[in-house]
Amino acid sequence: MPTETAHADAPQLTIELRGVGKSFGGTPVLQDIDLTITPGSVHGLVGENGAGKSTLSKIVAGLYTADEGTLVVDGDEVSFGSPREALDRGIAAIAQELALVPALTVAENVFLGREPRSFGFINRRRLRRAFVELAARAGFDLDPDRIVGTMRIADQQKVEILRALARGASVIIMDEPTAALSGHDTELLHGVVRQLAASGRTVVLVSHYLHEVLELCDDVTILRDGRLIRTAPAADETEATLIEGMLGRSLGSVFPDKVPVPADAEEVLVVRDLVAPGVNGVSFSVRAGEIVGLAGLVGAGRSEIAHAIFGAVPREGGTVTAGGRDLASPTIGAALRGGVFLIPESRKEQGLVLQRPIRENVTLSNLAELAPGGWIRSGAERREARTMLDAVTVTGDERRAVSALSGGNQQKVLFARALQRARRVLIADEPTRGVDVGSRRSIYDLIVAQARAGIGVVVISSEVEEVLGLAHRILVVRGGRIVAEFEGAELTEENILTAAFADPITSEDA
Amino acid sequence: MSNTIGMKTVEVAKTPNAWQRIPWRSLAIVFPFLAVFIALGIGSPAFLSFYNVSNVLDRQSGIMIVAVASTLVLIAGGIDLSVGAIYMLSAVVCGTLILRVGGVEGVVAGVVVGVLAGLAVGVVNGVVSTYLKINPLIATLAMSFIILGLTKLISQFGKEGIGQLRVDVEQFTWIAKTKPLGVSLPTWIAFVIVVILAVVLWRSTFGRYVYAAGGNAEAARLAGIRVNLVRISTFALSGFAAGLAGVIDLARVPSVPESDAIATSLTFTVLAGIVVGGTSILGGEGAVWRTVLGILFIAMLYNGFTLLRIDPLFQGIALGVIILLAVGFDAWSRLRRR
Repeated sequence: MPTETAHADAPQLTIELRGVGKSFGGTPVLQDIDLTITPGSVHGLVGENGAGKSTLSKIVAGLYTADEGTLVVDGDEVSFGSPREALDRGIAAIAQELALVPALTVAENVFLGREPRSFGFINRRRLRRAFVELAARAGFDLDPDRIVGTMRIADQQKVEILRALARGASVIIMDEPTAALSGHDTELLHGVVRQLAASGRTVVLVSHYLHEVLELCDDVTILRDGRLIRTAPAADETEATLIEGMLGRSLGSVFPDKVPVPADAEEVLVVRDLVAPGVNGVSFSVRAGEIVGLAGLVGAGRSEIAHAIFGAVPREGGTVTAGGRDLASPTIGAALRGGVFLIPESRKEQGLVLQRPIRENVTLSNLAELAPGGWIRSGAERREARTMLDAVTVTGDERRAVSALSGGNQQKVLFARALQRARRVLIADEPTRGVDVGSRRSIYDLIVAQARAGIGVVVISSEVEEVLGLAHRILVVRGGRIVAEFEGAELTEENILTAAFADPITSEDA
Repeated sequence: MSNTIGMKTVEVAKTPNAWQRIPWRSLAIVFPFLAVFIALGIGSPAFLSFYNVSNVLDRQSGIMIVAVASTLVLIAGGIDLSVGAIYMLSAVVCGTLILRVGGVEGVVAGVVVGVLAGLAVGVVNGVVSTYLKINPLIATLAMSFIILGLTKLISQFGKEGIGQLRVDVEQFTWIAKTKPLGVSLPTWIAFVIVVILAVVLWRSTFGRYVYAAGGNAEAARLAGIRVNLVRISTFALSGFAAGLAGVIDLARVPSVPESDAIATSLTFTVLAGIVVGGTSILGGEGAVWRTVLGILFIAMLYNGFTLLRIDPLFQGIALGVIILLAVGFDAWSRLRRR
């Protein structure tokens, strides 16, 4: 064991699971898991949605208690009743939803609840000193006085990690830490993971991004349908072998073939000099059957462009024409009537009404057509919803709440809604965020099928590979402007990243 | 399709058996309601008499009308604390007009203007809490102070000397005294309003939009729903209902006591009934039938206390405990569902 790299406050913990099982409502989600996590290593957990990787990580983190089997930490059999008990043993989980106090500073958040005090008052000087010391040890560069709510997500994750370290954690569990991050922030977080491993901590990484897992992890465990398929050194795996293990079969190509755009295809979406909050004069057009990718960093203005086209934010200037019709009034209603549909970035916050049935979520933006005189004809609604759900391959009872579906199927429900409305233009913002490998391909198929049906498609994604794999043409967005356009042979990851990251000063020639 | 394996795991994991399929959460109010109903039926022979039941329903009709309309406000993600004040306002406006104008014309003017005053305040509530972006809790609380002040101002015009506003006009009290098919007119009005709102919520696009606006306002907006308009409509309905209830109850009493406590107590009872019925205070969930059961449950409880000669002192305590249980159950079932 590489004990010499370990820090004094980071005891080396071996975590062992022996025959661990867990059921929810009589349905087993984990069965018979035997797993050893080597101290000081980065251990990846991969599997489709519902494979049990989150459940497994939550058992280790004390959020759930195993029904069967035992959890052994450093030779002691333990049973954590709460995350607090796990933390007392040095195990901390960084949740997907960060639990920080947005109005407090970085240092205050890190030492929340255990601030150094003198005479009952918080001693700010000692707080700062303790923070600087901790941050230096972890190798993090953060301003202690910055208000957390104003920071980017990647930095907030660092704060959360520092908080765990401040409480003496030596095992850090991260569930999809990069799901909400742009390319640059993802790189930053990868650095953090490496830094943690280098300082002797153990990292358990749950991730959908296989290249990330292969790049960062020492060992990878594959789960499928609640069972452990295998644990192997990452060096022995490739994306293909991981996918095969996760699906129990090989996936074939990740992206569908690109269908060439007919030469005489008309322009279905024309945007001229669009100005809106976060959008500083954007002009582009999309032809029928064409898939245009909007690439760029998070915060570059891609979603803002989408929202401005869709009429979801007030437009300050410029014109949007859909199918030859000028969308003069910048409202969502006008955009929908013009045949433009937006699948928003965050399906949970902007897309779905989670507690309502699947059926209602499908028909939500098309209800008026199923309800002559304002009264819903339930037969017509049921048939319409079923047809659309069949088209996007979501099976099962559509009266269930949409929250019961996996991430991938929830995304398909949004596509089902879009199929009803998108007659000319479909804008899909981060269509595969938080979607498992198996469902990803079917979402790509849906996007391509839309284009083939003569709809102009705009795909926004933080994953460069995804835009590359789907789009005929890619526009790179930076600072609310389109700074580069690539087509055909120019479509390379390097071109896009160079344009996306380019220094604003040297960008005049871009 | 390439994703059949992934899909199957999802389906297997989510198919509940018959026992689990029963929506226990949504039935929560039904069991205590039946339990108290049966217990009172056995414990007090007077409880199930036609006289007692129709009397309870008649007295609850005003509150019932307000509560079912307020349910829509809550489902749409708002809250209306001004219903009690609107109720007072419309009663005073109605009474004053009847006294000042006189005759049948006075009665018609009083009823129409009283109800419209409620509607107008409701629209203001809606606009203030949506377009002006003031939290509905604060907006309607502030409005209720304003309305109660206004009410006192108006009531001065209707009084003959010092005392209460009394409306002993037969053409008006007729509203409370008529009994088509043996059931009082207020009960009939409440019944019709309940049915209309229940069907609207259950089957109309507006009802669907109400759920969507409260469940996820941003998603509803991006789906093309005019969330603000939907919310304003719910506030308008709630104001209209409070106005109608004020007029109906004035016809029954028929005097307006000058007491803010009555307005406050009405608002609280309405909210208690909605919450006990199981409509979530967080919006997006609930139903009209739940509120009907919730209001009747509270009424039944109070009636039971009277029939069994229990000190009315305990009524408030019992109601408080029941509200905590109802909301606690709601929170617990949300936690369990995750």
